[in-house]
Amino acid sequence: MTTLAVRDLHVAVHSDDEHKEILRGVNLTIRSGEVHAIMGPNGTGKSTLSETIMGNPNYEVRSGDITLDGTSILDWSVDQRARAGLFLAMQYPPAIAGITNAEFIRAAVNSRRGDDDQVPVVQFLQDLDANLAKLKMPEDMADRYLNAGFSGGEKKKNEILQLLMIKPALAILDEIDSGLDIDALRIVAAGVNSMRSANFASLIITHYQRLLNYIVPDVVHVMKDGRIIESGGPELAKSLEHTGYEQLSEADNG
Amino acid sequence: MTRMPRTKNTKNNEQVAAQVNFLDEDATATKVEDTPPLFSTGRGLTEDIVRAISRAKDEPAWMLAQRLRAFHIYERMAQPGFGPDLSGLDLDRMRYYEKSTDRPVRDWADVPAAIKDAFEQMGVPQAERKYLAGASAQYESEVVYGHLKDEIDRLGIVFTSMDQALREHEDLVHQYFGTLVPPNDNKYAALNAAVWSGGTFLYVPAGVYLDTPLQAFFRINAENMGQFERTLIIVEPGAHVNYVEGCTAPTYSSDSLHAAVVEVFVKHDAYARYTTIQNWSNNVYSLETKRASAAAGATMEWVDGNLGSKVTMKYPSVYLNGEGARGTMLSIAVAGHGVVLDSGARMIHNAPNTSSSIISKSIAKDGGATDYRGTIRFGPHARGAFAHVECDTILMDEQSRSNTIPINEIHTSDVTMEHEAKVSKVSEAQLYYLMSRGLTEQKATEMIIMGFVEPFAKELPMEYAVELNRLIGMSMAGSVG
Repeated sequence: MTTLAVRDLHVAVHSDDEHKEILRGVNLTIRSGEVHAIMGPNGTGKSTLSETIMGNPNYEVRSGDITLDGTSILDWSVDQRARAGLFLAMQYPPAIAGITNAEFIRAAVNSRRGDDDQVPVVQFLQDLDANLAKLKMPEDMADRYLNAGFSGGEKKKNEILQLLMIKPALAILDEIDSGLDIDALRIVAAGVNSMRSANFASLIITHYQRLLNYIVPDVVHVMKDGRIIESGGPELAKSLEHTGYEQLSEADNG
Repeated sequence: MTRMPRTKNTKNNEQVAAQVNFLDEDATATKVEDTPPLFSTGRGLTEDIVRAISRAKDEPAWMLAQRLRAFHIYERMAQPGFGPDLSGLDLDRMRYYEKSTDRPVRDWADVPAAIKDAFEQMGVPQAERKYLAGASAQYESEVVYGHLKDEIDRLGIVFTSMDQALREHEDLVHQYFGTLVPPNDNKYAALNAAVWSGGTFLYVPAGVYLDTPLQAFFRINAENMGQFERTLIIVEPGAHVNYVEGCTAPTYSSDSLHAAVVEVFVKHDAYARYTTIQNWSNNVYSLETKRASAAAGATMEWVDGNLGSKVTMKYPSVYLNGEGARGTMLSIAVAGHGVVLDSGARMIHNAPNTSSSIISKSIAKDGGATDYRGTIRFGPHARGAFAHVECDTILMDEQSRSNTIPINEIHTSDVTMEHEAKVSKVSEAQLYYLMSRGLTEQKATEMIIMGFVEPFAKELPMEYAVELNRLIGMSMAGSVG
């Protein structure tokens, strides 16, 4: 069981000259077995929250805390957080020439296993083939260089492929639906749904309610101007589709 | 080592990764065992020593005459007027000829214990140790190359040491030796011609196609793994051959010099590839002259990796002498603390419609320096010729440096030339991405570097790719954080 808690989190971007706070007091608790969705208009801090939880060094925590099972992870490096069970499916994963997808994923899987317990190559390749098939990805995706020349849709699927292979305790999916056609969206959603269990938690960042028809969340949060202004069940996402974000204001947070 | 690897391994990363672990088990710090030489000319160089070397090898008179002529040129010639500082090189304290065993070693049991120990410490695989120890006639090690020897003999290929070639194929040696790299080319080519010992002789008859790479794994302290190797390769018309050598030098107590000369003659419509990986210890000056000539329709490819040494100066060249000849150079240089790698290539276009490509990749870290120094020359007859140069460097820290020094000489108008140069650092975004999947900063950096060298590594036979990955992995360890 894993519990991720975000407490009164204030965050600024390092590269920003003005050091303007993007997150202005975010509170959030996600437990194993739960799927949370965060919705909200562009520029409200959804991606900043994802990156800050993962530990992207470009973001600076001004105050507040992020804890994993009660322990603060603010001082942990990105890779420590990853090995502790966090995973971030990125909006814009970079390409790395010369490293095959399979080689990379195997290194990722092995990074959380002991030196004397590395995944056997044959077992790894079988697992990889099964997950490629599940995501309807051609087998040669394993031999291509990591994200190099991948289409937008291929990159998104490849992030989910890593999710299925690494099997993290908590996965943040940052706009995994953007750039996907409806068939690809269904496939990706089915992949994420196959992970759902009492030992898996997820935080889904999206603009659109559409994704949440396929991955039905337990809790929906609405974010605006660096705060979560409303939380509710899956019906909240549906009502937003009718009313739009404009109807929401900080006053609604009451 | 039960099968001969093929040259191209475009998808061998998984297998390479699996084998790297196996090699690492043995890879402990190399400590040198001194193997007392059975015959040595002592320190310094005189005409008498040159004569003594020739006498010890029982050479024909013409070779002694060539050695003496080269020695006198060597005495007169100045140091190279460019490139790294060679003032730390004390030529009077060098040993120019040593013989560690009396006769070529055939039996593993006869290999001196100190050499076996050195192999043990270097983590050389068992099968390869025997091959290394028996290297005076590379193909005679039955364990590894028995079946290859049959094929070589059947095809009429001669693959032997230079010393043996001089005894058994004197006419061929006499005809070609020193014609591509004359002693007056540079001071160290002259030195090599005066005191050469060991090296490889390879002759491929017309039309013979050998896909299996011919390999020689050199090490500096065995007899013909000398400091002054002389290699001569002749590829007759329409033939196809692929030669691979590698060097792993143990640490020496005093500065040492490696001054090899390689001459490759690629006749019309023939193909030759020469692959080298060198990892000299950090007190070795490696000053090599490697040159190939390519006749009409011929292709010459250099694949060259340099991971160590104190100072390396090496600019393999292709003289594109026949119409449509092709020359390529693919190189990787990794320079760590105190290492100066001054390397590049020379493509000399002497005929119409010739083409060349130079791809130079380098990594400098911990204050190391990697400089690219390359020459493209389009002679007056090179109409329609094409040259492409690409230099790609990663600097791992602020202390390390890299310069690109291209020299272009164009003596005819109708030619095309491309040059790209890029110096970069390990990308923060890439590091973050790999680390977000659980890889430590060191492992992530190592992977990015492996990706950077992959275009080079994939051109190597399997065990060389394994060795390269292991060496780069070792040289990256501790460079982060």
